[in-house]
Amino acid sequence: MAKTFDKNDDSVVVIVGSGAGGGTLGNELAQKGVNVVCLEAGKRFTLDDIENDWNTMFGRLSWLDARKGTGDLLAGLPLWVCKTVGGTTVHWAGASLRFKEHEFKAKSAYGNIADANLLDWPLDLHEMERFYSMAEDKMGTTGTHGIPRLPGNNNFQVMEYGANALGYKECHTGNMSINSEPRDGRPGCHQIGFCMAGCAIGAKWSILYTEIPKAEATGHFELRPESMVLKINHGKDGKATGVVYVDADGNTQEQKARVVAIAGNAVETPRLLLNSESSMFPDGMANSSGQVGKNFMRHTTATVYATMPGAVYWDRGTQMAGIIMDEVHNNPNRGFVGGYYMQTLPGFGLAWYSGNVGGMSKDSPGKWGRNYTREVVENYRNMAGMWLVGEDMPQEKNGVTLHESEKDQHGLAVPIVNFEDHANDVAMRNHAFIAGSNVYQAGGSKKQYQLGPFPSTHNMGTCRMSKNARDGVCNSTGATHDVPNVFISDGSQFTTGAACNPTLTIVSLAIRQAENMANMLSQNTI
Amino acid sequence: MTKKVSRRTFIQGSATAGVVVAGSSSVILNTKESWALSTETLSADTAQSLLVMARHLYPHDFLGDQYYAEIVSGLDEQAKNDSAIAEKLENGVKDLSKVIEGDRTYHLAFKDQSSGLQLENLNRIDGDDFFETVRGATLNGLYGNPRVAAMFGFEGSSVEHGGYINRGFDDIGWLPK
Repeated sequence: MAKTFDKNDDSVVVIVGSGAGGGTLGNELAQKGVNVVCLEAGKRFTLDDIENDWNTMFGRLSWLDARKGTGDLLAGLPLWVCKTVGGTTVHWAGASLRFKEHEFKAKSAYGNIADANLLDWPLDLHEMERFYSMAEDKMGTTGTHGIPRLPGNNNFQVMEYGANALGYKECHTGNMSINSEPRDGRPGCHQIGFCMAGCAIGAKWSILYTEIPKAEATGHFELRPESMVLKINHGKDGKATGVVYVDADGNTQEQKARVVAIAGNAVETPRLLLNSESSMFPDGMANSSGQVGKNFMRHTTATVYATMPGAVYWDRGTQMAGIIMDEVHNNPNRGFVGGYYMQTLPGFGLAWYSGNVGGMSKDSPGKWGRNYTREVVENYRNMAGMWLVGEDMPQEKNGVTLHESEKDQHGLAVPIVNFEDHANDVAMRNHAFIAGSNVYQAGGSKKQYQLGPFPSTHNMGTCRMSKNARDGVCNSTGATHDVPNVFISDGSQFTTGAACNPTLTIVSLAIRQAENMANMLSQNTI
Repeated sequence: MTKKVSRRTFIQGSATAGVVVAGSSSVILNTKESWALSTETLSADTAQSLLVMARHLYPHDFLGDQYYAEIVSGLDEQAKNDSAIAEKLENGVKDLSKVIEGDRTYHLAFKDQSSGLQLENLNRIDGDDFFETVRGATLNGLYGNPRVAAMFGFEGSSVEHGGYINRGFDDIGWLPK
């Protein structure tokens, strides 16, 4: 059923990337009868390729092409994202939360914050509500559309006990795009654990086995896996004409296009624009504002692990089905603007846990030796854990640049990703560490470990939306200010990051973009 | 096939019972626990020292030496394929066999040192390239071993058992109601 398109067919929409943004956009356009070629750098797997093994799946799914982290980032692995059909929706945890109203108006709500490059979004919650609702329906988000919430596992019950003891009002198993009962041809959750190694039964919504096969069934969609896009070509009129890519056999190809939509996650999306420099666009395509690759956000994150007085077996069950929402409001009296969530998250197995506590927590009794094994490792079954995730400040110095000399396997300059915490980020993290530790102390924990950020999974802002062309890269539809037929279709377009996990907003924006793009195509305005 | 056994040593202070060295390879035998570790590239002294080191890094009294021996086996495999790793491991063990007392330095095989001296030496090299190589291999080799991890409460792959939906995902009993 899957259609193939000629490489010289210049009527197609080319989408770069098949994750939350690109995969959704592709299916939505295909459903409307728009012809789409989707170029994905990674391989196409099936559910049979998904195993309950952290190391195996990390190697199979992760984006491990050369990247350099600087600032606060891990030098060798600044981001933990996927290179595979379905993108990071294969390993995402499933948390699907809407932005709060004030989070679309960060500049107005927070005021002038020194060294922060804040800006209001060119759209608001009212505008987005319809698309959020469509996305939740598509993804089967629990707690919406009458879909029951997931049952709480042991790790959640520890969180809930502490939350109640402290007087928090909003603690439940969250809004998760993981089926709590069979829906849309996929089974209900079996409480397997390993959500972030990929869901082996497909209970978790992932582009890989939802949007892609649905798009292919329309006859308007062709997926080309293992196709790495190198450059966007343009004509004398400054409009994109197609893309150059390396195919699965290593051959360089050109696919002509009427529209190019980029959804490569917040490093590859600006990297492609920067690599598409030309005499007309000497600083990279769509970069008259100078904001391409700037304002990289990854959320203010941290982790609290706590030794509880009894067994928890935190690996059992849905990893992130548990949330405390009470700290997400904006209350500058806490010493920072913006808010954060507490979400359940176990430790990714004994080996990663035993390395990470020693490597990342200043509360640890060292990294090795008798005290370490006795206090940290031998208490594994008693551990409870949560992830802290909140809004971080956009800063111009945080972002993606191209290495001057080092090249990757395709001959493209290796991306350098820089991130340094803003003072607001540090203040929020410290507040969240204490709040998280308090939750576990209320449940009887005598020892907590506070771990700094893991390699970034929420990556946003590097081609941001703005009302004025001078402030950002794209407008409220995702179309770039400079090149009307080049769109930003992933989290790169986020003006600010809000506190919540970004996928629901990426999917909602992609649904909205598809609607706008289809109209523009039929009205011949692009 | 017969190989000339050039040297046989018995080591003290470890569950390891005996070592057979044949040419460049060695076999560590443990008759009490019924296991053997053979190395192709690493010398017997290096292999035994790495085993002692792995146990010092992540000691658990209820784990027999065979689980630590598997880590040494993995390092030997790496050393076979990469001479730089072989060299790093041999040199690292040599460094650990230095005993520094004030301004006096003498040599005593790491595996033959007292436990306290071994810990002093490990603290001396904590964080260096060799130390981190062995530490990383021990973390992955020991705690990544499903038979070991199960003893700590990491139950491994669950999809083939239908997940935990009927197997205790919410069975916590000790939280006050």
